[in-house]
Amino acid sequence: MEATDLIAQYREHPVDQMGVLDRIARIRSRSIKKGSKVQGLKMALNMIDLTTLEGADTPNKVRNLCYKAMHPHDAADGLPSVAAVCVYPSLAAVAKKALEGSGVKVAAVATYFPSGQTNLKVKLDETNYAISEGADEIDMVISRGKFLAGEYTYVLDEIMAVNALCKEHSVRLKVILETGELGSLDEVRKASDIALLANPDFIKTSTGKIGQAANMPVTLVMLQAIWDHYQRTGVQVGMKPAGGISDAKTALHYLRMVKEVLGEEWLSNEWFRFGASRLANDLLMQLMKQETGAYQAAPYFSKD
Amino acid sequence: MTRLNIQKTYKIFIGGKFPRTESGRFYDLKNKEGKLIANLCLSSRKDFRNAVVAARKAQAGWAGKTAYNRSQILYRLAEMLESRSTAFVEEMQVLGLSKAQAEAETTGAIDTLVYYAGWCDKYTALFSSVNPTASAHFNFTVHEPTGVVALLAPETSPLRGLIQTVAPIIAGGNTVVALASNQMATSAISFAEVIQNSDVPGGVINILTGDSAELTPHMASHMDVNALVIARDGLSEEALDAVTDNVKRLVQWTEEEDSNPYRILDLQEAKTTWHPVQVSAASSGGY
Repeated sequence: MEATDLIAQYREHPVDQMGVLDRIARIRSRSIKKGSKVQGLKMALNMIDLTTLEGADTPNKVRNLCYKAMHPHDAADGLPSVAAVCVYPSLAAVAKKALEGSGVKVAAVATYFPSGQTNLKVKLDETNYAISEGADEIDMVISRGKFLAGEYTYVLDEIMAVNALCKEHSVRLKVILETGELGSLDEVRKASDIALLANPDFIKTSTGKIGQAANMPVTLVMLQAIWDHYQRTGVQVGMKPAGGISDAKTALHYLRMVKEVLGEEWLSNEWFRFGASRLANDLLMQLMKQETGAYQAAPYFSKD
Repeated sequence: MTRLNIQKTYKIFIGGKFPRTESGRFYDLKNKEGKLIANLCLSSRKDFRNAVVAARKAQAGWAGKTAYNRSQILYRLAEMLESRSTAFVEEMQVLGLSKAQAEAETTGAIDTLVYYAGWCDKYTALFSSVNPTASAHFNFTVHEPTGVVALLAPETSPLRGLIQTVAPIIAGGNTVVALASNQMATSAISFAEVIQNSDVPGGVINILTGDSAELTPHMASHMDVNALVIARDGLSEEALDAVTDNVKRLVQWTEEEDSNPYRILDLQEAKTTWHPVQVSAASSGGY
């Protein structure tokens, strides 16, 4: 189906902002018992896309990160690996080689990350390049400028084109909405609904490159959009909040929110991810706290 | 119509703010006649943990200030305390101290602050050394703060005891999480109000109230606490094991007044560095 036909299916879903905040307050205030906590911490660790997206990234930095992805903390037994390592396309090959045989995926950002300000041809070329360098997953950005200008068909068309290219190579696609630039929860819901029309594998909050990254209200609105889409079409789409989630407690709150809104089926790294770099160490510190009984300190954990 | 007195709610002091204990627990503070004076927060291990996070966050910034600036800030604390001394004297009398005792406590506390304010930019000169070497090198030993310090402040003094332990810790660039005297905690929390108004960055001094038997094991086992200072009776076997386990610096101070710069040195790490002597041959006769 063409983007113009699909966009006709779009229906507006106004967001009750106070309701969202109230629900989050309730999710945050419940306690988690020790047994479930350990399980939840390990699950969260297993859902992380360990990310480095800097101009200064070097092959060795990526190799270090890949080692951390496979061996989060060698001092502890029975820890899972993280879900994926997320890098720029030019470093995807390095990550692919370093992660060989480990089951940890290589995710590459593409489509003129982080701004997305270029034409579709360049975006598809970059996506092709990232795939040829070995990316298992592509994190694309939507054209926020077009979205804010009301050109929804253009935005959807781009997502569909990149999605088709990814599907051709059996690569999974995450669509970054960059919610911090959208302005309100209503707009977040609208962007989610439009992205979901293309049936990507994930929708994702942020690039991590602007001040306002993932938060719980935005994620709740996106999860609700995913649920409504699932109800309407039967297509399961994953969720990835990214940036700004740095402590274990918040990560557990997110898992609880996913369980409440979407249910068990989403509670695996196939359908839920955290885009983060600092979160991993806090999860590890909390896991070691549960194991040893003593609160932990940052110097005892590898930086990347 | 009779007026109802507005009583102060004594809370704890973490990261420059006054939260209640997250546990919601409290204990009664009574005077000698058994009359209830105040309800105080019975801090939990999570409060301690939060305080350590605040102290860790503040540590690098505090250690990075110039010694002169730390000195000014300690002196400012003394100024603020002096201006509120009457209130402190009255508050201590409620605890059961005589007027003379309360005045001695307050002036003693102020003088101790001024004393350590003076030491801030002097102890390094006193304790550092240039060591003899057998090669063309200078060899210096200089002191750096230990880091985050947990403190069991003296039990028998409402204010002076707290200050004679906190002041040398922070004078040396450390940050501190102090457990105040259990039965005289009101002055410690009022002192936190002084801290808040004295240019001391949030998180440098954190003050908890509660039960030392409950909190000491966690102070001892916490991996992000670099030193434990005990200025009251004893340490349980269990806590001692935990301190040994993570090779934390353990310091025992007396409860009594004992102002001296060696208290600052107790919470410093000696760092020795080598520096080659500039040889004129290497600079081809340049000077």
